[in-house]
Amino acid sequence: MMIGLDQLLLQVVGLDRAEIVRWVENRWVLPERHGDNWLFREVDVARVELILEIRRDFAMDDEAVPLVLGLLDQVYSLRRQMARLCRAVDCQPPEVREAIHQALPPREQG
Amino acid sequence: MATETPYQVLGVKSDASADDIRKAYRKLAKQYHPDLNPGKPAAEARFKSISAAYDLLSDPEKRARYDRGEIDESGVEKPRYSYRPHAEGAQGWKYRPEGEMNVEDLEDILSMFGGARRGRAGRAGEGLRMPGADRQFTMTVDFVEAATGGRKRLSLAPDEWLDVTIPAGIEDGQVLRLRGKGGPGLGGGPSGDALIEVHVAPHPFFRRDGDNIRMELPVSLTEAVLGARVSVPTITGPVTMTIPKGSDTGAQLRLRGKGIHRRGKEGDQFVTLKVVIGEAGDPELASFLEGWAAKHETDPRQGMGS
Repeated sequence: MMIGLDQLLLQVVGLDRAEIVRWVENRWVLPERHGDNWLFREVDVARVELILEIRRDFAMDDEAVPLVLGLLDQVYSLRRQMARLCRAVDCQPPEVREAIHQALPPREQG
Repeated sequence: MATETPYQVLGVKSDASADDIRKAYRKLAKQYHPDLNPGKPAAEARFKSISAAYDLLSDPEKRARYDRGEIDESGVEKPRYSYRPHAEGAQGWKYRPEGEMNVEDLEDILSMFGGARRGRAGRAGEGLRMPGADRQFTMTVDFVEAATGGRKRLSLAPDEWLDVTIPAGIEDGQVLRLRGKGGPGLGGGPSGDALIEVHVAPHPFFRRDGDNIRMELPVSLTEAVLGARVSVPTITGPVTMTIPKGSDTGAQLRLRGKGIHRRGKEGDQFVTLKVVIGEAGDPELASFLEGWAAKHETDPRQGMGS
């Protein structure tokens, strides 16, 4: 489901228009352009709420937000890759999974 | 669709003062009060939502929690949202990091080890080309099949099998490699191989000795003393063999070329005779030997120091 900017402002309590416009300009949030309007997907809405929360709860200013978002994006990117890799491993026959398990170095060396 | 916010219900701005809110509520309450609007369910419903909105906004603590998004317009605790399921879901790919950290594709991750090990890392954008995995199987063949060679079908699944050519003289524990019969390759890479470990079942009377076959052949006393032509099993079927007159237990006869044929050489079959008297002996033979032995005294254990 995609929502426009007005709907987003209604839905996300505590968000004001100038703020979200700045965030989109900073590319912290990437809505899709549709004519003059923006369309936000669920992931975009969740990201808006995340930014709102880290700014409010951790009192982060505009300098710190991109740093945090950049790190989060890296973590989630790695987690998505890990999930893909794990699914690929899960599809292997038991002896292959066992071999992979055996081949994992101990944590201290890993 | 989003429901009205309590501010919208009361027709006030989100930064309205407590006083403004009270005034707005009183005005609306008078307008929609059920007692003033008998028999009008719409007015009654409206009055209920006005009361609920006022209930929320007149309590500074509740209002603050609502403003922070901790509770919804009916005062119910909102589930703490999480960015994670979205970030890790299909839509999350939108927010992959830019710049030096290149983890855009699984292929990049795979090439970190696949490429290093196999030496086939594709360049960026080329995609990873990787041979398929080898698959391992075991199969058991009987002694004669292993000695003569042949084809054998190995069932992997009800509708999947491998036709395996058993080379003549295969030994127990030997591994056959079927090229391209393993897992499929990645990105146009070649398929892996099927590795089949072959076990050779023992035989009731044949034994392997390199490319020669050895066996023990029971013969009767008559055959041993008088000689005979007897049928002898070999790995390729029975053949007729001549037992010379006066053969002893332990005498070894060679059937040339009846062993394992491989690498252009032919092994032999060695037959060791074993004289058998038969159950409990024969009374007639016994009485004959009593008379015969008196005239032919021999000591087979001569020289053993007994």
